[in-house]
Amino acid sequence: MRFSAFISGPVAARPAGTHHDIVISSRVRLARNVKAHPFPGWARKADRLAVLEVVKPAVEALPQMEDAFSEYLQDLSATEKQILVERHLISREHAAKSGGSAVVMNREQTLSIMINEEDHLRMQAIQPGFQLKTVFKSIDEVDTRLEEKLDYAFSEKLGYLTACLTNVGTGMRASAMLHLPALVLDDKVNQVIQAVNKIGLAVRGLYGEGSEAMGNLFQISNQTTLGEREEDILGRLNKVIEQIIEHELNARAALLQRKTVTLLDQVGRAFGILRHAHSITSKEALNLLSFIRLGIDLGSFPTGHRQQIDDLFTETQPAHLQRTSPTKLQAEDRDALRAETIRRKLADLPAPEPPRAAS
Amino acid sequence: MVCDACQTNPATVYLTQIVEGKMQKVNLCDLCAKAKKVLDPTGFQLADLLLGLGVNTELEKPQVETAPAPVEVAMLKCPACGFTQADFKKTQRMGCSECYETFADSIMAPLRSNHKGSEHIGKLPARQFRRVEAQRRMGALQSDLAKAVKQEDYEGAAQIRDAIRQLESQLNAPRAA
Ligand SMILES: [Zn+2]
Ligand SMILES: [Zn+2]
Repeated sequence: MRFSAFISGPVAARPAGTHHDIVISSRVRLARNVKAHPFPGWARKADRLAVLEVVKPAVEALPQMEDAFSEYLQDLSATEKQILVERHLISREHAAKSGGSAVVMNREQTLSIMINEEDHLRMQAIQPGFQLKTVFKSIDEVDTRLEEKLDYAFSEKLGYLTACLTNVGTGMRASAMLHLPALVLDDKVNQVIQAVNKIGLAVRGLYGEGSEAMGNLFQISNQTTLGEREEDILGRLNKVIEQIIEHELNARAALLQRKTVTLLDQVGRAFGILRHAHSITSKEALNLLSFIRLGIDLGSFPTGHRQQIDDLFTETQPAHLQRTSPTKLQAEDRDALRAETIRRKLADLPAPEPPRAAS
Repeated sequence: MVCDACQTNPATVYLTQIVEGKMQKVNLCDLCAKAKKVLDPTGFQLADLLLGLGVNTELEKPQVETAPAPVEVAMLKCPACGFTQADFKKTQRMGCSECYETFADSIMAPLRSNHKGSEHIGKLPARQFRRVEAQRRMGALQSDLAKAVKQEDYEGAAQIRDAIRQLESQLNAPRAA
């Protein structure tokens, strides 16, 4: 499959149900290594190629990877790699690789397998909405299938052996991307971050740190991988996310009661600027899109527009903008193109109505 | 020369370290060297060891006799991939899965402090474990067989042989899809 066909293909839809509004996506990644080969960071090129030759065909043969996009990193352009990073399909570290590394992704862009990242295999499942267990199940099945063909580096005592000690054991990192505008407006997000950090989980801004997080988007993930079963780690993470959701909903209700004008003003200004701006930075766009999204959750805009906003979070990123242009964009060209992209996409967004209630 | 720590075993590890500008030496046997973690350059301070032993800081003059050749305490190095303790300190990564054996002593502390426990209780790679299990069972059957033969329990031995043959065919069978 060609990159352009892959990247413009249909992606998985957000499931209906609770809290998919606050949880934008759920992701689980597993780190695995093949026995008797040095880890990629220490391996010589010949070693890395030897692993690649065994692992890539095994991954491509997975039933989940029928109709997959499979490519060596050296055969992708810098912009193509950056697009994959912006979609959370490969890591920033993997994008920096070239010879001896590869990526295999399914058509729906829900499964992505990096070969020779920091570990021989970094496999992830990502889906929209709050569904960590479903997402875990899909990557767990991939892992079980692959293990039929590959001998993993595994110790009975320490579990799956990984290049970094922070991943040893389950090799699992589960995370969810949360949209927390009310906690940020209410100055409570740093408290949440600190509380969560104390229990072996981490919260960080998706773009930027703490209350400086752009777009009010945060990622919460487990930090420990050894001494607990996968189910227990996921259970712990789920519970904490549910609590954060509750805090966010309470903060929204409180804002709606105490600071109605401020809230209406923010949503209205976001609407005005996004619909009429001709040049906009990535930071400003993310922050204003966040208020439109909050407006949708509060009933100011029809819910049908939520997907548009989520798409714009990604489509206004630099590499996604570059993709639509035949020439290399400078920063000011990008800001103009970003504004144009948003205006076009939000052309049918009606003016905000007074919020109904926190959902 | 006997070990400065236990005063019983012959010393095989000779250490030298500059402590406050003075050259200090201590001689240890294998066991004590391991117990004091002197092979772990991060966890070992000669001064502490000397203080702990109550050894006089004016140590005896260098030995002239050649007895066991002095082993310089080499930096730990993974026999499988050549990764050293210094590489680990620099990169905070392991070189290969064997490194987990090589550096077993120095990784336990960071593992304990960074995780919920120090033993894996999660998923196992099933096929690898089926094979390990089968091989273990094969070993047990073979020793049972030897025992049965020795006791002239030929009926029992025949049964065990059947079990072995069955297990062998399982082990050699092509992988089920
Ligand atoms: Zn001794
Ligand atoms: Zn090694």
